[in-house]
Amino acid sequence: MRRPTTALQARDTGSDRRKRFKLYMHKYWTLYALLALPITYFIIFKYIPMTYIQIAFKRYSIIQSPWKMPLANNHGWQYFIQAFRTPDFLRALRNTFMLNFLDLVMGFPAPIILALLLNELPFKGFKRVTQTVAYMPHFLSWIIISGLARQLFAPTSGLVNIVIQRLGGNPIPFLNKPVHWVATYVLLGVWQSMGWNTIIYLAAITAINPELYEAADIDGAGRLQKIWYVTLPSIKGTIIVLLILALGNILGGGFDRPYTLGNPLVRNVSEVIPTFVYSWGIKGLQFSLTTAVGLFQSVVGVFFLLGADFLAKRAGERGIV
Amino acid sequence: MRIRSRTQRIGDWVIVLLCVFVIFICLLPMVNILARSLSSPEALMRNEVLLWPKGLNFDAYQYVLKDKTYTWSMTWTAILTAIGMTLSLVMTTICAYPLIYPQLKGRRIINTFIIFTMYFNAGTIPMYLLLKDLTMLNKPIVLIVPYCLSVFNMIIMKSFFYSIPDSLRESAQIDGAGPVLVLVRIYLPLSTPVIATLALFYAVGRWNGFQDALMFMNVRKYYPIQLLLYNLINAISSIEVAIQEGFSTPGLNETIKTASVMFATVPILLVYPFLQRYFITGATLGAIKE
Repeated sequence: MRRPTTALQARDTGSDRRKRFKLYMHKYWTLYALLALPITYFIIFKYIPMTYIQIAFKRYSIIQSPWKMPLANNHGWQYFIQAFRTPDFLRALRNTFMLNFLDLVMGFPAPIILALLLNELPFKGFKRVTQTVAYMPHFLSWIIISGLARQLFAPTSGLVNIVIQRLGGNPIPFLNKPVHWVATYVLLGVWQSMGWNTIIYLAAITAINPELYEAADIDGAGRLQKIWYVTLPSIKGTIIVLLILALGNILGGGFDRPYTLGNPLVRNVSEVIPTFVYSWGIKGLQFSLTTAVGLFQSVVGVFFLLGADFLAKRAGERGIV
Repeated sequence: MRIRSRTQRIGDWVIVLLCVFVIFICLLPMVNILARSLSSPEALMRNEVLLWPKGLNFDAYQYVLKDKTYTWSMTWTAILTAIGMTLSLVMTTICAYPLIYPQLKGRRIINTFIIFTMYFNAGTIPMYLLLKDLTMLNKPIVLIVPYCLSVFNMIIMKSFFYSIPDSLRESAQIDGAGPVLVLVRIYLPLSTPVIATLALFYAVGRWNGFQDALMFMNVRKYYPIQLLLYNLINAISSIEVAIQEGFSTPGLNETIKTASVMFATVPILLVYPFLQRYFITGATLGAIKE
C-alpha cells in the first residue's frame, strides 16, 4: 500500500510544483519584465566594461577583442610596473592622496559645525533662508565654479585681490602658485559641499529625543555643554558612517574639479589620477597603461572602504558594508 | 516659549552673525560675477567693480543671446536634459520597484549584482573602449544612455517605496491588481517627493555634466553647455577661440565670459529652491543603509 502512495504523492507534488510555478509566474512575471531593462543596462554598461579590464594585462591592439590580445611582458604585469616607474603617475598618485586628505581634514568637520550652528538658530525663517543659500553651491558645476573662482581670485583684477591691494597688501596668486592653488582648491571644495552635507546631520539632529535636552536643562547645562554632551554623541553614528565613506574615497575623487581648476602653472600639484588617465589614455592613446592605473585606483579604493568599515565595526559602530 | 537668559541671547546673536557670514560667503562669488557681467569693460579694466555694477549695461547679455553657438548649446542641453531625465526616472523606477517584492525570486542576488557596481567600477578607459566598440562615440546617445541609471538614486527610490505600507499593495493584489497596476495606481501617485528629488538630481547631473562630453563627444554642434563654457572660460586668446567656437565678433571680453556663466547658472538657480522640501527628504533617504 505504501509504495504506490509515495509514488503518487511524488507525481502530485511534481505537477503541483509546476502548477504553483505557473500560478506564481502568472501573477509576478511583470516584475521580471520590469527588471529586464535595468539588468541589461547593468550588464552592458557596468559588467562588460569589467571584461575590458584585462587590457591592463595585455598588449593593446586596435583590431583585436580584449580576449584575443597577447599577454603583456612580466606575466602581464608590465604596465603596472611601467606605471610605477612613470614620474607623472607617481606625481598624480601623490596629489590624489594629498588633495583628498586635505579635503577630508578641512571638508569633513565643516558641515558638522554648520549643522550645529543651524540647529541653534532661534529664528526658523532665517534658518530656512540660510539653508537655501548654503545649498546653492552644490548645484553649480565645477566649470561654473572655476569660472567664478577665476573672476574672484584673478591676480590683479579679481575682487579679493582688489580688496587686498586697497588695504595695502600684495596680491596673492591664488590659482597660479602651487601652494596657494592647493589652499584655494580645498577651500572651494568646502564652499561647494559644506551646505549640502549638513542635510544628513540636520536629519540626525532632528531625530534626537528632546527629553535629553530637557534633562540637560535641569542639570543646568549651557548651550555648549548640550552640544558636547547631547547633540554630538547622538549623531556619532552618522558621523562615523560618513567618515567611512570619505575614507573609502581617499583615492577616488572627481575629474571635473582638478581638471577645471588646474592650469599649466600648477600642473605639479593639480594632476591627479583621473586627469592623468584622461591625458595619457584618451588623448595619449596609452590604453593598457591607463587601464592598469584605473584598476589600481578601483582596487585600492575598495580596500580603503573595507578597511575603514572594518575599523568602524571593531570600534563597535554599525559600519556600511 | 521659555525666557532666555542674557548669555543665551548673546549666544543667539553670535550664531545669527555666523550664519550671516556663511550666507555672505556663499553668495559673494555669484554677486561679484553678476556685477561684472553688468558692468562696462572699461570699469572692469580699472578694477572698480566689486559687488555692484559700474557703468550698468546689458550689452554682454545681448551679445550672448545673439550668439547662435551659445543659444543652440543651451537649447541642445535642455533637450538632452529633458530626454535624459525622463529615461533615468523610468529606469530608476522599473529597477527599484520589483526589488521591494519579497516574492521576487533571487532578490538578494539581484541586489548584490546591482550594489556591487557602486563599489567597484571598471574605470574610464574600459568605458571609453566599450563605447567605441558600440560605435556610440560622438553620437548624441552617448550623452544620454551610458550613465542613465544611478545605483545611489535607485536606492533612494527603493527606500521611499519601502516607506509605503505593504498593506496597500497587498489589499490591491487581493482585489486582483497585478504589480504594474499597483505601481501605476498606488506607488507612483504616492511618490511625488522622491520623483521630484530624483528628477532634480538627474536634471542637474545632465545640465552640469562635463566629463562624459569632454571624453566621448567631439562633434561641436553636440557640445553640451558646460563643455562650451569650459572652452570659453579657458580661451587664452579670445580672437582665436572666437573664430574657432564660431563667435562672429572677436570682441570676446571678460564681461561676455561672465554673462555666459550667469546664463548657464540661471536655470538651476530658478528651480532648486522650489524643490527644497522634497530634496531634503530624498538626500536623507540616500543615507539609509541598504
